[in-house]
Amino acid sequence: MKKMQAANLNDFFRAAAAAETVYLPVDSADGARFMKYEDGVTLSMACNTTRSAKDFFFPQVENLVDFKVDGKKIEVIDGREEVEDFVIFGVRACDLASFEILDRVYLNTPPVDSYYKNRREHGTVITLACGRPQETCFCKVFGIDAADPAGDVTCWMLGDDIYFRANTEKGEKLIAACGSLLTDVDEAPVENAKTAIRAMVDKLPIKDLKLDKISERHLLENFNSSVWKDLYESCIGCGTCTFVCPTCQCFDVREFKTNEGVKRFRCWDSCMYSDFTKMAAGNNRLSQLERFRQRFMHKLVYFPANNDGVYSCVGCGRCLKSCPISMNIVKVAKALGGEANE
Amino acid sequence: MSEVNETLIPQLGIVTDIRTDTPDVKTFRVNALDGGKVFEHIPGQCAFLSMPGVGEALFSITSSPTNKEFMEFSIKRCGCVTDWLHSMEVGQMITIRGPYGNGFPVDTDFRHKDLLFIAGGIGLAPLRSVINYVRGNRDKYGKVDIVYGSRSKDDLVDYDEIINEWVNEKDFNVHLTIDREQEGWDGHVGFVPNYVKELGFDTDKTCIICGPPIMIKFTLAGLIELGFKKDQVYTTMELRMKCGVGKCGRCNIGDKYVCKDGPVFRCDQLDEMPSEY
Amino acid sequence: MQEAMKARAKELLADGSVNRVAGWKIGEFSYDITPAIFETAEEIDRDFVYDDFCGANLSKYLISQSRKEGKILVFLKPCDSYSFAQLLKEHRIIRENVYIIGIECYGKADINKIREKGIDGVLGIKESGSSFVIDSIYGEATVPKMDVYAERCLVCKSKKHAVYDELIGEEGDVVPSSRFDKVAELEAMTPDERFEFWRGELSRCIRCNACRNVCPACSCENCVFDNPNSGIANKAAADSFEENMFHIIRAFHVAGRCTDCGECSRVCPQNIPLHLLNRKFIKDINEFYGEYQAGENPDEKAPLTNFTFDDCEPSIVYKRGGNQ
Repeated sequence: MKKMQAANLNDFFRAAAAAETVYLPVDSADGARFMKYEDGVTLSMACNTTRSAKDFFFPQVENLVDFKVDGKKIEVIDGREEVEDFVIFGVRACDLASFEILDRVYLNTPPVDSYYKNRREHGTVITLACGRPQETCFCKVFGIDAADPAGDVTCWMLGDDIYFRANTEKGEKLIAACGSLLTDVDEAPVENAKTAIRAMVDKLPIKDLKLDKISERHLLENFNSSVWKDLYESCIGCGTCTFVCPTCQCFDVREFKTNEGVKRFRCWDSCMYSDFTKMAAGNNRLSQLERFRQRFMHKLVYFPANNDGVYSCVGCGRCLKSCPISMNIVKVAKALGGEANE
Repeated sequence: MSEVNETLIPQLGIVTDIRTDTPDVKTFRVNALDGGKVFEHIPGQCAFLSMPGVGEALFSITSSPTNKEFMEFSIKRCGCVTDWLHSMEVGQMITIRGPYGNGFPVDTDFRHKDLLFIAGGIGLAPLRSVINYVRGNRDKYGKVDIVYGSRSKDDLVDYDEIINEWVNEKDFNVHLTIDREQEGWDGHVGFVPNYVKELGFDTDKTCIICGPPIMIKFTLAGLIELGFKKDQVYTTMELRMKCGVGKCGRCNIGDKYVCKDGPVFRCDQLDEMPSEY
Repeated sequence: MQEAMKARAKELLADGSVNRVAGWKIGEFSYDITPAIFETAEEIDRDFVYDDFCGANLSKYLISQSRKEGKILVFLKPCDSYSFAQLLKEHRIIRENVYIIGIECYGKADINKIREKGIDGVLGIKESGSSFVIDSIYGEATVPKMDVYAERCLVCKSKKHAVYDELIGEEGDVVPSSRFDKVAELEAMTPDERFEFWRGELSRCIRCNACRNVCPACSCENCVFDNPNSGIANKAAADSFEENMFHIIRAFHVAGRCTDCGECSRVCPQNIPLHLLNRKFIKDINEFYGEYQAGENPDEKAPLTNFTFDDCEPSIVYKRGGNQ
């Protein structure tokens, strides 16, 4: 365990940024957002960023491949390059857990997605234990410990001090590079802080959301539940929940013509959109009821069925804050039979 | 980076023959640029074909793996990509990636079974791959019945191959039907589900159905009436897909991804899935 | 107010005048209220709410709801009633299937403004005179309502309903509004400054389509942004040009029909002041064709779809947009 004065944080960022690009949460017009470290940029004290951290590994738009077309001839241009090393500072426990969920899709289930892997391998994640959880936070429901996230390095901000613990070789290297700013310390203050954070998390209003009933039930029983009809009607079918969600990973593949040829790219897509499953021959999810149901069934039922019971939700609460009509996974889970309802 | 194989980056193929099957179905022969096939596949698997700038779409591979020279795709004109495919000429390069999906269990569950193929319209496309695979490995399968119907005689895909080759194959019984009376047609007239019931097959057969959803629904009901069990009946699904490898999330039905867990499903498996297909 | 609404809704359900009620349903934390359709008195007793956080405009839901069997009761705030009236004018709502109760509104609060004041972890909010008493994980706080009302409410244009069948509470008047002040400020900028301002705002867009989907004026069955043949149907803005164009095209499409309900800005997860684009159009229309408020008067001809010899010359657009 190492320690540094919080006042020296800027020096730490500068030292880290000398070797690779550093991103950190910064206050902006849309709340906190991850921005590149430059002189003058200061760390946001917000509980979390408005957008999730998934962009670092699964950006909203990503070029896949280029083509040149000349008469009947086509040339395929694989423009993939190694990305440069980068550091993300200030990732919260929920967002770190979301990386593990994305990993399940893009790395652990073959075939490996080389675009995702490329970014993942070059990113160093510095997590930050939560100091001020919000009413919308419910990471504990998914067994996530806001007080002690993993990642390559874990940080705790305690008053005027910031504590560092390297967890991986990548993390050791980064800490070593900033060695002159850090001093070795005892873990006791951090242990006390963890206890305090956990006590705070235990007081959060949604911490007791129970998903057992949903999990125990047959998939089709959840699917055919009457609650979908009652819940979907307010949904306006936008993609806000999907786009702010750290675990939503569906994408579309599109093309656009450039002066040089054709770029094929992928971009985030949303199962809430009316054209998500639309094809020439028809659409298998015709109404918003079906599309609304798909999103929550996927997170609470389908994904766990394929992933050792792991839900595709980390309780970050972003959808609770962003949904235009305040419909969200907590309301759905409660209606569908999550406990602690009344 | 470039040494990492990436499924989203397609290979190139060249269209070496185009056959007009029906007013809205053409069959495209695709070779690798240096001849031969772009990749091997199992009957029932699919591939993404695309023309950069037009779009990419998934098609079942119509030819049998026993065909060592080329791959074929029978494609009905019904959207952006298919419009373009129908307008192109021989010698055109296209991009191709695959194969995707599980394919039919031709080397396991189907082995030494009597097979009953039931197809409607363009639904013959994925089954043709299996049928010709069976022909190429005739001693490994029992008797074969094929019930195939379409709107009219002109809408029967692969008509030449059916009447010149399939009907002459040993232990092959081909039953053709069209929806309405037509001049020059002396065969059966009527819808496929009814024809299957009229024909009344032995219930020890393994059935493979493909066609419009409504046809599949009524045919399956007819087969159950005849005494077939759902676990004897296989079908293949079509859903919108973008990646083909269970990541883009589009073809998700329940906990299954049609692109990798399907497109071939046994009908008893479908009962365990949400009815969203 | 809420109790009178609940009582009247139950009455109308009981006597069969309507078979459904469109209203607002209580959430987890006072502020997260969801529009909902109520079918029984029990549901209304349990979940129906009307308070300072019922900002959501219910009128767009009536496009689909008025096509369902039976008659639906809807509660409309004055500004919501403008959206409803505009949709009626565009023949998007089947009027005879809707029973409208106009309700008073003195402004709706914006939870983001509460959070911006550093009040976080909000568990519950109570009214206390002209203030909110906010119970949070981190203690209790009191804020004057006016400090946390939504921008659109601080510049409210009308407390009078454009359409209703009956009223609960007092009917108000069209009120003077300073809603064009910010637009005038933007107009006073140089083109470069203005471009800089809008790039700063629009560069945050994540193309979630919340603004479009919530917008009562965006009622096309098939939106141009969903039409793959339109050339502008990309799901993500691939470059800054597309980022700008999505919003500019949308503002053009709703020009002359936007009632300035402000829902676009309310729902934007990226806090983009989209209403300013629409207000610019409204201000221009006022200046070019005379004062006009979409949704106010169902019989009035809309200036952009009506030709008069007094109309300004199209060249004015060029002159004003020119970089001089």
